[in-house]
Amino acid sequence: MATQALTTTVRRRGRALAGTGGRTAALFLVPFFAVFAIAMIAPVIYSLVLSFHSQQKSGLGFGEAKTVFVGLENYVQVFQSETFVEGIARLGLYCLIYIPCMVGGAVAFALLLDATVAKARKLFQLLVFLPHAVPGVIAALIWAYLYTPGISPLVQALQGGGIQINFLDSHMVLPSIVNIGVWEWTGYNVIILFTALQAVPREILEAARVDGAGEIRAAVSIKFPLILPALSVIMLFTIIGTLQLFTEPSIISKATASVTSTWVPNLWAYDAAFIRHNLNQAAAASIIIAGLAAVLSLAVTRLSSRMNKS
Amino acid sequence: MSASTLPRPRTTPDTATPRRTGSRSNRTGPSSNRGGGFASKLTVNGLLIIGSAYMVVPVLWLVFASTKNAADLYGTSAYALGNFSLFENIANVAKQDGGLFFRWLGNSVMYAGVGAVLGSLISVMAGYAFDKFQFRWKDSLFGFVLVGVLIPNTATVLPMYLLASLVGMTNTIWAVLIPVLCNPFGVYLARVYSASYVPAETLEAARMDGAGPIRSFFSLGLPMMMPGYITIALFQFVGVWNNFMLPLVMLQDQKLLPVSVGISIWQGYSVPQPEFTPMVITGSLLSIIPLLVAFIMLQRFWKSGLTTGSVK
Repeated sequence: MATQALTTTVRRRGRALAGTGGRTAALFLVPFFAVFAIAMIAPVIYSLVLSFHSQQKSGLGFGEAKTVFVGLENYVQVFQSETFVEGIARLGLYCLIYIPCMVGGAVAFALLLDATVAKARKLFQLLVFLPHAVPGVIAALIWAYLYTPGISPLVQALQGGGIQINFLDSHMVLPSIVNIGVWEWTGYNVIILFTALQAVPREILEAARVDGAGEIRAAVSIKFPLILPALSVIMLFTIIGTLQLFTEPSIISKATASVTSTWVPNLWAYDAAFIRHNLNQAAAASIIIAGLAAVLSLAVTRLSSRMNKS
Repeated sequence: MSASTLPRPRTTPDTATPRRTGSRSNRTGPSSNRGGGFASKLTVNGLLIIGSAYMVVPVLWLVFASTKNAADLYGTSAYALGNFSLFENIANVAKQDGGLFFRWLGNSVMYAGVGAVLGSLISVMAGYAFDKFQFRWKDSLFGFVLVGVLIPNTATVLPMYLLASLVGMTNTIWAVLIPVLCNPFGVYLARVYSASYVPAETLEAARMDGAGPIRSFFSLGLPMMMPGYITIALFQFVGVWNNFMLPLVMLQDQKLLPVSVGISIWQGYSVPQPEFTPMVITGSLLSIIPLLVAFIMLQRFWKSGLTTGSVK
């Protein structure tokens, strides 16, 4: 009894628990914030600093390079670079194809899996999740071979049907890389959406059926609106992930000349740092990518919270 | 099965809406047969089979392709067995550069293992503190963590390389190991797990008995959060195993590379030298087997992890 009385007083002081104080909390938080500072904060600050400076050689280009403050000049140069702007446009196009295909595919598959007549749900879940256990590098490698004439059963089968497609030419290579992304991420999101569907209250669906709504009608007008919150989180992570596009194009670039060394912004930044040795521009490009991610994720969060309210 | 292990927010059972947790049993009973005729059953399951085939066939191709030598790879039909050369291919992979491939595999296990075990512990401790302790600037610190979730990893890789070269740490294992310990999303997940798995009352009781906060974390909190810890560790393991850009940028010494970067180097060789192709394919297969096994064995954990991360 005495203990209980004590507990309530403790709780009334505002959930202060075991040891409470800032010092205990610090013990638990310091390791994380130490690595966070090294791996997140310091790089962002350092690249901000770098992006406002430039290496300039004096006179005829002999002697030590000097670091000079140049303000926004690096950003201006990055945006004036034709290849960077093309990369951004390509990434935009990639998003426009990839996001509807992947998210739409995931929603469709999850709804099918949740249909009353679906069989062997667990097996399908496992199979559909399989690609996520395949690292991005390996996924890109597998598909690179599946796109290569002579080795690929896919190209062979299409040729057998009289269709000649070069998956790696300059027109097809973007959709071909989209397909790798779709293959890698659809199943992952199917599992998220399917679990969200499982939480849809059964009474609602039962009531709809009594009112004469068929399976498809129920899926579109009842289930789909109820998984919108899960869908908005998926959109958020998909956009952040898509902006990072690097692994797949850099693997595919070895199989075809259609993917250039500056194909997407991340490749551009890599190229700037290690091929052109212009670290300041590379830093500016990194900041632009991070800024783009921040703006887009803010937009998605705003939009989805407005949608959830209404 | 999957749904019942989910760490949902604690709602008292009597007020919670009845959920379709065991959906199979109560939805495929005799009463629901009205819902689907033979045609719809065929359509739904047919589409599911087509979708799953799209997911599985590329991996199957990898399995078949790894049993072929270079000549059969280009010569025979993709899903036919040529001369069965799997073991020969594995032997070639093992021989190349004095067993370098297995060194890569070992490095991947080391990077991903340390990242998963230690990195998740760091995240779990922080998430636990955010849930259970009161301290100043709690909300703004947590806000920082959430911003960290949103910063694309690849945007920090190049600056991190530059920082590492300032202190002379590039081309060491630390250049990969330290960054992979940072998992802001793990902190977010851990906070959720701590709220749903560790009752405040238990910790209070421990305090009454004289246990300090650190002791009660390691002897009570952490064991109670173990399923959450394993989930976070599993995802971190996969994340580090799949990481490509960070080791690519940081490491030059081939002996330090993880298998993802190593294989991509072989792929580069295979363009002028096609005899490398079977080794790239067999190496790819060997490198995904550990992950496939982990995923199949730990199904319960990744399912619960995916749900906590997004449905909440």
